[in-house]
Amino acid sequence: MPGVTPAGPGQTCGPLRVGLLEIFGVFLWIGSISFGGGAVGYLRQSIVLDRGWLDDKGFLSGLELSQTLPGLNATNMGVYVGSRLRGVMGAILAVLGLILPGLALVLALGASYAVLQNNEAVLASLHGVAAAATGFLFAVAVQTGREQLVHWQPLIFVVMTFVAMSILQLPLVVVIFGLGGFSIWLHRPRSGKTGKLEAPEGDDR
Amino acid sequence: MNSDLDRLIHLAAIFAMLSMLAVGGGTAVLPEMKHMTVLDNQWLTAREFNDYYAVGQFVPGPNMLMVSLIGLHVAGWLGAGVVMLAFFLPFSTLMFFASRAWDRFADSPWRIAIEKGLAPVTIGLMLSGVYAVGHAAIVAVAPALIAIAVALLILFTKIKAPWLMAAGALCGFLFLS
Repeated sequence: MPGVTPAGPGQTCGPLRVGLLEIFGVFLWIGSISFGGGAVGYLRQSIVLDRGWLDDKGFLSGLELSQTLPGLNATNMGVYVGSRLRGVMGAILAVLGLILPGLALVLALGASYAVLQNNEAVLASLHGVAAAATGFLFAVAVQTGREQLVHWQPLIFVVMTFVAMSILQLPLVVVIFGLGGFSIWLHRPRSGKTGKLEAPEGDDR
Repeated sequence: MNSDLDRLIHLAAIFAMLSMLAVGGGTAVLPEMKHMTVLDNQWLTAREFNDYYAVGQFVPGPNMLMVSLIGLHVAGWLGAGVVMLAFFLPFSTLMFFASRAWDRFADSPWRIAIEKGLAPVTIGLMLSGVYAVGHAAIVAVAPALIAIAVALLILFTKIKAPWLMAAGALCGFLFLS
C-alpha cells in the first residue's frame, strides 16, 4: 500500500508521537461541543483536517468499521483514533474525553428531573422534546438509509427487521443473528461474480 | 443489601448484552432496552424512560448517555457507574481489537458482505428505535405535528438538532400542558 499513514495498526510509536494529554484534550473539546449527535463531523475536522493525525482514507476505513461493529460511531471512532496514536491508553483517554462532558451534564439534568418530575411545565416541555426527538430520529434513519430505502431488495430487509422487532417483538439477538446472518449470507462472496442476489429460501445455519 | 448487589449485577448483565447488540448505534437497542427495563423488570415507567430519553437529547457527545440516568434511577450513583461501564466497555473493547485486524481485511470480500448485509438490518433497527420512542411520545395530534415538522426541517434545511429540541420543548410548554 503506497503512502505512509501517521501510525499503522499496532504501531504505537509512529512518526507522529502525540501526547496522551493532547489526545484527551482534543476529545474532551469534541465531547463538549458536539451537541445534536454531530460528533463524527467534528472528529474529522479536528483529527484529519486540523491535526493530520489520520488521513481521510484511514478515517473512512475506521468509520466503516465503527458502523459495522456494535457500538456508537463516536466512541468507536475514539477507540480507533486513540489506539492508533497511543495504544490502550490513547483509546481510553479518547473515549473518556468524548463521554465525560455530556455525562456530567446529563446526570445534572437527571438529578433535577427527580425533583421537577411532577412539575406540569417541565413535563409538558419534555413531552415536546420527546416528540421532536422522534421526528429527529426518523430523519436520521431516512438519511442514513437512503440507499437501503430506495432499492427493493434491501428494503425488504428493512421492513422485515422492523416487523420482527416492533410488531412481533422478537428478541434483538434473534433478529440480528437471524435476519442479519441471512442478509450477510445472501451477500456472501462467491466464486465468479458477486453482487446479484438469487435469494434462495433457507436458513443461514 | 444482597438484593442491591443482585440488582447491580442484573443491570450490568442487561447493559453489557445491549452493548454487544448495538449494531448501527444506540437507537438499534432502544426497543430492547425499554422492554427489559420497563416491562420485564419494571424498574421505571414507560413515561420515565421517555423522559430520560428526552433529557439525553440536550447533552453533547455520543447519544445514549441517557443510559446513566436509568442506572441512577434504578440503583443510585453506583448504578449509574455500573451501567456506563457495562454499556460502553464491551463494544469499545471489541472495537479496540477489531481495529488492529481491520486493515488486513481491507480487500476481503467478506468485509463487503458483512457491510452490505448488515446495512438494511441496521436501518430497520433504527426505525424500530423511532417507533419505541414515538409510541409513547406521539399520543395526540399536537406531538405528531411537532415530530413531522422536526423531521422535515432536519431533512430539508440545515437547522441543527439542538435548536429543534429547544423548539420542541417550547412547543410542549405552550401546547401540551
